[in-house]
Amino acid sequence: MKLKSRHILALEEMPREDMELILDTAQSMKEIIYRPIKKVPTLRGKTVVTLFYEPSTRTRTSFELAAKYMSADTVSIATATSSVQKGETLKDTARTLQVMGSDCVIMRHPVSGSCHFLARVLDVPVINGGDGMHEHPTQGLLDMFTMREKKGRLEGLRVAIIGDIYHSRVARSNIWGLKKMGASVVVSGPPTLLPPEIERMGVEATTRVEEAVRDADVVMVLRLQLERQQRGLFPSAREYSRLWGITRERLDLAKPDALLMHPGPMNRGIEISSEVADSPQSTIEEQVTNGVAVRMAILYLLLGGGEEK
Amino acid sequence: MRLRGNPEPLLIRGGRVIDPAQGIDAEMDVLLFDGVVRQLGHGLEADGARVFEARGMWVVPGLIDMHVHLREPGEEWKEDIASGTRAAAAGGFTTVVAMANTKPPVDDASMVRSILARAAEKAVVRVLPVGAVTRGLEGKELAEMGDMAEAGAVAFSDDGHPIADAEVMRCALQYARAFGKPIIDHCQEPSLTRDAVMHLGYWSTVLGLRGMPAEAEEIMVARDIMLARLTGGRVHIAHASTRGTVELLRSARAEGLPVTAEVTPVHLCLTDQLVHDTAYDTNTKVNPPLRTAEDVQALRRALAEGVVDAIATDHAPHHRDDKEVEYNYAAFGISGLETAVPLLVTELVHAGVIPPATLVERLTVGPARILGLEAGSLRVGGPADVTVIDPGLEKTVDPDRFYSKGRNTPLAGRKLRGWPVLTVVAGHVVMREGEVVA
Repeated sequence: MKLKSRHILALEEMPREDMELILDTAQSMKEIIYRPIKKVPTLRGKTVVTLFYEPSTRTRTSFELAAKYMSADTVSIATATSSVQKGETLKDTARTLQVMGSDCVIMRHPVSGSCHFLARVLDVPVINGGDGMHEHPTQGLLDMFTMREKKGRLEGLRVAIIGDIYHSRVARSNIWGLKKMGASVVVSGPPTLLPPEIERMGVEATTRVEEAVRDADVVMVLRLQLERQQRGLFPSAREYSRLWGITRERLDLAKPDALLMHPGPMNRGIEISSEVADSPQSTIEEQVTNGVAVRMAILYLLLGGGEEK
Repeated sequence: MRLRGNPEPLLIRGGRVIDPAQGIDAEMDVLLFDGVVRQLGHGLEADGARVFEARGMWVVPGLIDMHVHLREPGEEWKEDIASGTRAAAAGGFTTVVAMANTKPPVDDASMVRSILARAAEKAVVRVLPVGAVTRGLEGKELAEMGDMAEAGAVAFSDDGHPIADAEVMRCALQYARAFGKPIIDHCQEPSLTRDAVMHLGYWSTVLGLRGMPAEAEEIMVARDIMLARLTGGRVHIAHASTRGTVELLRSARAEGLPVTAEVTPVHLCLTDQLVHDTAYDTNTKVNPPLRTAEDVQALRRALAEGVVDAIATDHAPHHRDDKEVEYNYAAFGISGLETAVPLLVTELVHAGVIPPATLVERLTVGPARILGLEAGSLRVGGPADVTVIDPGLEKTVDPDRFYSKGRNTPLAGRKLRGWPVLTVVAGHVVMREGEVVA
């Protein structure tokens, strides 16, 4: 089986078959992570570059471990110490990496659409590690992987996504992915953090968090970016927490076996209470493990690991 | 213009002459002699005149683009007066109105004279300068509009920068009354569009780009209309782009206020969905942004009804370095002179939205009336500025063949039907069959 997609840029444009193939492949990759010796030779001789224009702990580490477990070489470019500081354009930086022989570029960038731009100027596959407020497709896939693993299916699930939908690339990727897989999605947050016409993406939207959470199979809490407060989009973290924070009481409105998810890093006590974050319903740590498995699957499928086997 | 000497007599034969200023739409010959229109009629003969066979073509007054950015002085790598006016000639325009936001800006009489002097040396079409409303385009102190009007400025505008301070706008409108010139305003409430790069709506939500609400434009249009009522000064709304703006203009017109407006070809033909469908092509980034299909419909209706007086390109050439970057970092603007006519003929005339006479009106006598120009008609004795358009000619837009230095267009690769084939300025042929010959 091969992917139809040449790049991993956005779940909006990824066919359902590709998502299914990635999720199925990730299942067998996950088994490698639990081996005592986590190294398979699948991508030996391949070089994967991570180019991160924004800080990241888990996404970058997750991609690097995924590549290393399959014996690829990894190079990471931190923009704070690179020629970017000397004013080099994204195009020039990326083409430089390409002519040095990298086989794949994984990029995180603060501007929406930057990965599409990169894919136009490079010949090698590009993986979007999060572009501005647009998408974070590998996060969407690992979230779906987690739901599917725990619930046995995605079709028919009711997923509530709570928080700053407006600025969230995680929300957008989950919405497109889940809709394509047959789940239903409801989003909730302060009115200033719900973008216009979000319903046209095929979701319900409500400012009443209880309404969104009620009878949900999955409650996904987004990170509140506290710098938004400075822009006047909400008055205080305290009020946010009181009106939209996910607490035991609110989580109890969901189905009894509902999953609680968060892409991390968490602001404990603001968008999510520690009581629920550390409860058995929480999949937050497992999401991280699954992230490695999903990224292994993507690298394997994109870099033609299949042909050498 | 650098066109010198007496032009040869030229007989444009057998075309469909469309001159809305005179109410003409009929098959006729046009004889140009000594830089003026000598004769309109049937079966004209002229010894020694060159003949252009225009059967099946539209012969119209030289087109006027009342909103272009020629980038000279200061940003000549993007465009200059020579390249920009060649682009105009290629696009069928015989007069362009050059905005004041050069570097330094055209904010005093010496700068107006400097633009006219450069144009006299290098331009192949007529260049009419706009003067700034405020010194340095800073929106604070009025520029010397009287001096600039005497030096040849045809209007005043801080285009590129909205005049945010209502008191400054009030004074500008009041003061400009003394010279009978309009203030052209780029209407946009800046606090509502900070960091925004496209229209606020469904597609900005999908793309995760910051959006400019239509209301940011409409708030300032409404303010300007009220200030026109207060002062009696003439307001011209640059690049109207929303349905709400159209409604405001309609009621201002009904009230008889001195308010006019223009719309660009791209805002009449493209929508914000293009940003999505081109996967963030920075050539779709323009200010005001491409709006929704409903806005396009409203603008088209306004154009047909005359609520919008003029079509202007807002030709905004940029170097590829300004566009080959991330979407948020790219410059706003589209290079528009060389695609305007075929886009409008294809999307509006061939599609049956407006008749050719309306299109010609909005590109000739419409802007001429706003600016008080003699151009815009083929009346006998008037300047021999003529454009011939072949409505059946089909070509693909190829930015690499632009005369403009700005190749920034979202229309690359589009097949369009209805291209200009002859441009005549003061009797001189400056473009023939798409080739600039001046």
